[in-house]
Amino acid sequence: MKSLKAILAALLDSLRDLLPIILVIGFFQLAVLRQPIPNFGEIAVGFLFVIVGLTLFVQGLNMGLFPIGEAMAYSFASKGNLVWLLCFAFALGFGTTVAEPALIAVAGEAAVVAAQGGMIEHNEPALAAYAFGLRLTVAVSVGIAIVIGVFRIVMGWPIQNLILLGYGGVVVMTIFAPHEIIGIAYDSGGVTTSTITVPLVTALGVGLASSIKGRNPMVDGFGLIAFASLTPMVFVMGYGMLV
Amino acid sequence: MLQILLDLLLTIAHTIRDVLPIVVVIFGFQLLVLKKPIPNLKKIARGFVLVLLGLGFFLEGLEAALFPLGRLMAQQLTDPSFLAGGGGALDWWDYQWVYLFAFAIGFATTVAEPSLLAVAIKANQVSAGSIGIFGLRIAVAIGVAVGIALGVFRIVTGTPLYWYIITGYVLVLLQTLFAPRMIIALAYDSGGVTTSTVTVPLVAALGLGLAGTVPGRNPLLDGFGLIAFASLFPIMSVLAYAKLSEWRSQRRTGRKSSEASSCTLN
Repeated sequence: MKSLKAILAALLDSLRDLLPIILVIGFFQLAVLRQPIPNFGEIAVGFLFVIVGLTLFVQGLNMGLFPIGEAMAYSFASKGNLVWLLCFAFALGFGTTVAEPALIAVAGEAAVVAAQGGMIEHNEPALAAYAFGLRLTVAVSVGIAIVIGVFRIVMGWPIQNLILLGYGGVVVMTIFAPHEIIGIAYDSGGVTTSTITVPLVTALGVGLASSIKGRNPMVDGFGLIAFASLTPMVFVMGYGMLV
Repeated sequence: MLQILLDLLLTIAHTIRDVLPIVVVIFGFQLLVLKKPIPNLKKIARGFVLVLLGLGFFLEGLEAALFPLGRLMAQQLTDPSFLAGGGGALDWWDYQWVYLFAFAIGFATTVAEPSLLAVAIKANQVSAGSIGIFGLRIAVAIGVAVGIALGVFRIVTGTPLYWYIITGYVLVLLQTLFAPRMIIALAYDSGGVTTSTVTVPLVAALGLGLAGTVPGRNPLLDGFGLIAFASLFPIMSVLAYAKLSEWRSQRRTGRKSSEASSCTLN
């Protein structure tokens, strides 16, 4: 009985999270565009799926993703081997990004833009090669980002100095990068962090910061995602300048 | 009904494929490098299954309900014949419904974004409750809403993307200098997590639709850049939110409370 109540409460939480979307869509469709909602039944089932999905996801976060991320952080910290920790950080960043569907989509579009801008030839192999190169570039840059972020936590450097350096890099690169690549480069920073990577990486950072003496999990534990959104911009603009 | 169940299975299969590299990395390092069994393996495995099922349902539900409708609405709202109303050439003010839609959809999708929820839950645990799960998400959502509305305005007016972004960076850097130290890393993280499963497809549809219908815009060049706005502005709003609550608590109880609030974090 108690667990049933907990499930209901969790479902209600998810419903509350989705309520704004339902209101926005409903208002614009009915009041602004003045059109009926098409396929009402299908849409209702879809929203039910979304609510159930979000509820299961949050349960799974607390049972699976957070504990494993923290457990790995503690084991690496107690093993005390920095090189392996950094290898793990790189593998996690690279491995989760290279197969990311959103990135594959953006890379494909970027290749078309590059071809239109005359940077590469407009044929199938050239497009595919450019898109693949871009994907690898972004994946390597995310790997490096997690390595830098983990290293920062271990050393206890303040995050703002590194971020300052990174944004400085972005601004300088923007001046020199080909015009066509700039929008893609800025967007690629946003698409790299998937729904499963984020909780894992966050738990890893917070776990490291709480198991290393002298680190504060709030001040030092966060920030891995920030690097993962920053370095792709720099690297993609660099890729645009080289290719 | 059968179709939607089949689609659901397919989506879950895709999710499993996306998770595979992560599982390989984790178990590879755990078994080969750390050489320790995973604590609570059964519970963690159950958690992974729940995450996979949850994401499968979530994505399939979005695909069945939200995305088709959202895309259609983005198309209709950016359609010149809807915007012109009385006719005549469009200036930037005629797009007022589009700005409002951009603001509202940016806000609404961010509140529902699962990765932001994950970060907010973690931040709440780490800060021992002083950062609210809901409060953080609202602050981020306002940032995304403003960012996307401004990004849409940029597409309509055709001003260069980097003016906005570089100005935004300068503002963020200035805010960083004055922000409470404990919030900085979290604020930067919020920028990166806002744009994933729910927000990107809808916002991309809006950007591409707009760049396709506004005269003189190239969808391939001008359609990009909305995501960049959506990652930059939450940083500002979270930093501002933290600064505001710091001010408020300082005004309320003088110096004592700022000491107390920094103590609860240690």
